[in-house]
Amino acid sequence: MKRIHLIGYALAAALCAGQANAQELTGTLKSIKDTGAITLGFRDSSIPFSYLDDNQKPIGYAMDICYKIVDAVKKELKLEKLEVKLNPVTSSTRIPLLANGTIDLECGSTTNNVERQKQVAYTNTHFLTASRYVSKKASKINSIDDLKGKSVVSTAGTTNIKQLTEANGARNLNVNIIPAKDHAEAFLMVETDRAVAFVMDDILLASLIAGSKSPGDYVISKDAFSKPEPYGIMLRKDDPAFKKVVDAATAAVFTGGEGQKIYDKWFTQKIPPKGLNLNVPIGAELKNQFAKPSDSPDPDFYK
Amino acid sequence: MNYNWNWGIFFEPAPSGTGSYLDMLLSGLALTIKTALLAWIIALIFGTVIGILRSLPSKTASWIGFGYVEFFRNMPLLVQLFLWFFVLPELLPRAAGIWMKQLPNAPFWTAAIGVGLFMSARVAVQLAAGIGSLPRGQQQAATALGLTTAQGYRYVLLPMAFRIIMPPLTSEFLNTIKNTSVAITIGLIELTGQARAMQEFSFQVFEAFTAATVMYLLINIVVVTGMRFLERGLAIPGYISGK
Repeated sequence: MKRIHLIGYALAAALCAGQANAQELTGTLKSIKDTGAITLGFRDSSIPFSYLDDNQKPIGYAMDICYKIVDAVKKELKLEKLEVKLNPVTSSTRIPLLANGTIDLECGSTTNNVERQKQVAYTNTHFLTASRYVSKKASKINSIDDLKGKSVVSTAGTTNIKQLTEANGARNLNVNIIPAKDHAEAFLMVETDRAVAFVMDDILLASLIAGSKSPGDYVISKDAFSKPEPYGIMLRKDDPAFKKVVDAATAAVFTGGEGQKIYDKWFTQKIPPKGLNLNVPIGAELKNQFAKPSDSPDPDFYK
Repeated sequence: MNYNWNWGIFFEPAPSGTGSYLDMLLSGLALTIKTALLAWIIALIFGTVIGILRSLPSKTASWIGFGYVEFFRNMPLLVQLFLWFFVLPELLPRAAGIWMKQLPNAPFWTAAIGVGLFMSARVAVQLAAGIGSLPRGQQQAATALGLTTAQGYRYVLLPMAFRIIMPPLTSEFLNTIKNTSVAITIGLIELTGQARAMQEFSFQVFEAFTAATVMYLLINIVVVTGMRFLERGLAIPGYISGK
């Protein structure tokens, strides 16, 4: 009799212990611990955030930050070994792959805004970029008003084309707006004179110019169509335990001075594979963000 | 799956400021239909001409037909549209190139003509097969009646051939509609393009593409039903496609 009692207690204790563990680890953290692997989603041509180098290995500013997060997750779960799997994503596949658990973090250049937060969560902002336009120096477009009556291209489905449409109406620019499939094709339209200007996040314009045949022919506007908008690394919504670890990891990187170092490595020095130098020193807003990290989707927050 | 389903999204205002997301998709659908219809007309006209050339006894004519069909049939449609839109204006004299680049609605016209010519190669092969399937006696009878070659085609061969190839033409029409989706590569924001734009704005990927799929399915059902009636009305009694 006594023995049966003892077994019962032991069983109950074991069950309780099991439950306590399960409560500690839920969602993404649990699946990382169970499988011993974390999967990062990368972009193939978001220079310098996340792209493939000449060995087809994903590298970039966002990738470096993601590897810091991986280290923090490994420490948090007290794992000896954590395998990092890499999975390519595009702008169309990043949401389904994140939602169905194929990737755990999306390391790229995804804009953090209120509408998108209904679907996914973001960790601390790692970059701020405003919407500007690139044009050929020869076409002498010095301000937004010089675009009047001309053909202007932007990438379909981006916040940039939305801002261009709004400015077109509000300022009576009478611009012929051409939507393009992706950034490379939009830039090609300016290169081949199908459009006089391409409206996009200024940092993406800088990388497109740096990678073009004759970078000296192009100029990025001083005028902007928007306030600086935040980029963030995406993770699944409603997974507070994982978000806490990721937020703490990115905050530590940014406030500890490592963020600045990683930034300088990708934005002010030569980067592989072609040895381009984007030459974009850190701005005051991003410096503020590094000092006091936040995941706010509101552009006004970063002023 | 950790996904926030929201089927009400279609009635929410789209950030482009021109109504709801549903309006956005419907405007894409209208553009898809317009492009497909124009492309199909082009495909029928050019396909007929080339199909006839392929069936003529003249060596030169059949070589021209052969060259045309192989040129358009052997290159992916995506590459063809890209060539028409980005490469052709660079090959022309500078003034003509600039004129072409500044045409209003350039993506629409390029897409309709590009898809039309691509599909015309397929129509041509089918028409040539249709003409080839007719007994030789038909052409000989036409000649015996004193009809010229042109008259023979106009009054005897083509009316028969077209009625025989009606069922495969239906599937070519459906292909034309679906092939217009490739035109997002040159900036034509038709149904697929609008679905992509919707998923970028709202991140509701599955809702956007489900709606696009349903819309493609609906137009294709309309086309299939219409063509079924046409096939029945035009079927030649006693032939494979007739009763």
